[in-house]
Amino acid sequence: MKLAARVVDVRKDYVLKGGIVVRALRGVSIDFPEGDFVAIMGHSGSGKSTLLNLLGCLDRASDGQYILGGQDVSQLNDDELSGIRCRYLGFIFQSYNLIPQLTVVENIELPLYYQGNNSLAAKARCVELARMVGLGDRLDHRPFQLSGGQQQRVAIARALVNNPHVILADEPTGNLDSATGEEIMQMLEALNGAGKTIIMVTHEPDIAARAHRTIRMRDGLLETHSPASALS
Amino acid sequence: MGSRFLQTLRLGLKSLLLHKLRSGLAILGIFIGVTAVIWLVAMGEGVSYQAQQQIKDLGANNIIVRSAKPPSDVTRGGGFVIAYGLLRDDYDRIVSNVPTLLQAVPMREIRKEIRYMDKVSDARIVGCTAKYLDINNLRVERGRFLSDKDLEEANNVAVIGNKAAATLFPYEDPRGKFIQIEDQFYTVIGQTASKTPSAGIGGSLSAQDYNNDIYIPLTTLRWRIGDMVITARSGSREGEQVELSQITVTVRDIDQVDQTSEIIESLLRKSHPNGDYAIVVPKELLRQAEILQMMFNLLLILIAGIALLVGGIGIMNIMLATVTERTREIGIRRALGAKQSDIVSQFLSETVVLSATGGALGVFFGFLVNPVISGTRYTFGRLFPDILAAIPDNIRDLEPRIAAWSVIAAFLISVAVGVLFGLYPARRAAKMDPIEALRHE
Repeated sequence: MKLAARVVDVRKDYVLKGGIVVRALRGVSIDFPEGDFVAIMGHSGSGKSTLLNLLGCLDRASDGQYILGGQDVSQLNDDELSGIRCRYLGFIFQSYNLIPQLTVVENIELPLYYQGNNSLAAKARCVELARMVGLGDRLDHRPFQLSGGQQQRVAIARALVNNPHVILADEPTGNLDSATGEEIMQMLEALNGAGKTIIMVTHEPDIAARAHRTIRMRDGLLETHSPASALS
Repeated sequence: MGSRFLQTLRLGLKSLLLHKLRSGLAILGIFIGVTAVIWLVAMGEGVSYQAQQQIKDLGANNIIVRSAKPPSDVTRGGGFVIAYGLLRDDYDRIVSNVPTLLQAVPMREIRKEIRYMDKVSDARIVGCTAKYLDINNLRVERGRFLSDKDLEEANNVAVIGNKAAATLFPYEDPRGKFIQIEDQFYTVIGQTASKTPSAGIGGSLSAQDYNNDIYIPLTTLRWRIGDMVITARSGSREGEQVELSQITVTVRDIDQVDQTSEIIESLLRKSHPNGDYAIVVPKELLRQAEILQMMFNLLLILIAGIALLVGGIGIMNIMLATVTERTREIGIRRALGAKQSDIVSQFLSETVVLSATGGALGVFFGFLVNPVISGTRYTFGRLFPDILAAIPDNIRDLEPRIAAWSVIAAFLISVAVGVLFGLYPARRAAKMDPIEALRHE
């Protein structure tokens, strides 16, 4: 089975002012096969956000290995990590994180812009994705002209535009009412059904239940790990 | 790559338009700075151009020797007549003893009343030779100037200045008419074209208005009018006896000017122990004027530099606020793959758009310096005519001259100020931790 991502014994220490060391991750190893849909749960301070940041190449582990799409990215520098983020990763945030002064299409286009790809084909792909998430008639709207659910759908389209190895979702339904949250979850399930690997952080058990498996974290360590064997 | 640059620029412009007032204020600082540079330099150039033009009129190859009235206790002659100044002998001595001399033009000037029919004009009577025309860059408008023959024969002929002609002959061609100076009549043979009056330039050279002059042969002046001028004033009479008012010596090469002026000085010192003469070297004046201009420009650049510095600080201030306000946007962009250099170029392009817009506006308003100055002068003249009249001529009549270098320099400096003062806020934006930035509310 091919792995989309794999972390091996990663540790992350933060040194606070005054020399106090916080061990946010204390040796975590997980495999994410291609087509996986994982929910990561845990209390605040359990290290789930730190793990997601590492998986998202926004931060580097103090120790351990992170292999993304067959490439070891644990020792890359800041610029190289930026390159990895815009080519191989898609982000969905709790608060959508669209850029307010840009239109729907321009927001979706952003990862391609940072790849240096501003071809007409790229533009066409952005429009196509906007249609796919049901916003074909709002291409030139600004984020503040859209509802929360619509904004999150723009964010999903943006996360897909670079055809990423892994989609990272941080509480994707956290700011939405349950009906809209349901819509978003159906969309994620559909993407997963089409073969996308999704890693999602959530604290809502019923949202986590929609994933193939759930990873629980506590004090920087994996607590339980429902096996990925159900998958194949 | 080029279109990517354009896109960065377009996005920058878009963000700036979101905060029109804020961007406008940032632009204002640079705009004022650039306008100030162009205006100040233009005025400085105007002043020094005026001065240099007047000095150049005197001719850089010339040495001007003038009679100067000495302190009253050291004069030649007795009684109420003061005799001083250059002598015809001095002229002969200079002509025969100065080896580098190309030509020497003697001149005697006296103020007299001129009459034609019922019209009277107070004018400067200039007794001179034919060469006086060229040496002062005068042009003949009608008829001809004095000839060598006129001098030889001491003819009663006169060439009149433009303004004098307008006063005495408002509706007639002056040629062939007779004008009266004291009890003598002179035939008008020509009229000179209008010439901008020169202001006084240090030493004993006072302001000269050539337009009100009457030129007659030097020989004629000597025989008909004489060397003596008597002025009756409130019961007492004063007389001055001057043979020549001025000798303009021209040398072949500008390098010979200093040496020649020393020779003339040593020649004259012997016969004029009381120092009743002055030697004016236009070349020297020109150099002084140029040094003065350089210092003036330096001062203006300093002032303008301070203005642009203040503008730059304004821009930096606003960009720092913008960066803080857009922390989250920076986080999003970083998460989606923006490199630090992408963030730097994004914010830098915004500052450069701001400062270049300010610079362009500044250049535009810079070009308006002439209409603004003349408009101000007009309005001021209407409101406070007395004050305007009290201002010295060369300041009141100042025509600013826009210097091309100042326009280019001001614009480039404004852009440079944008880059310089934009760099710190942009780097600060780029150095943010993406995770922290994403969490920023």
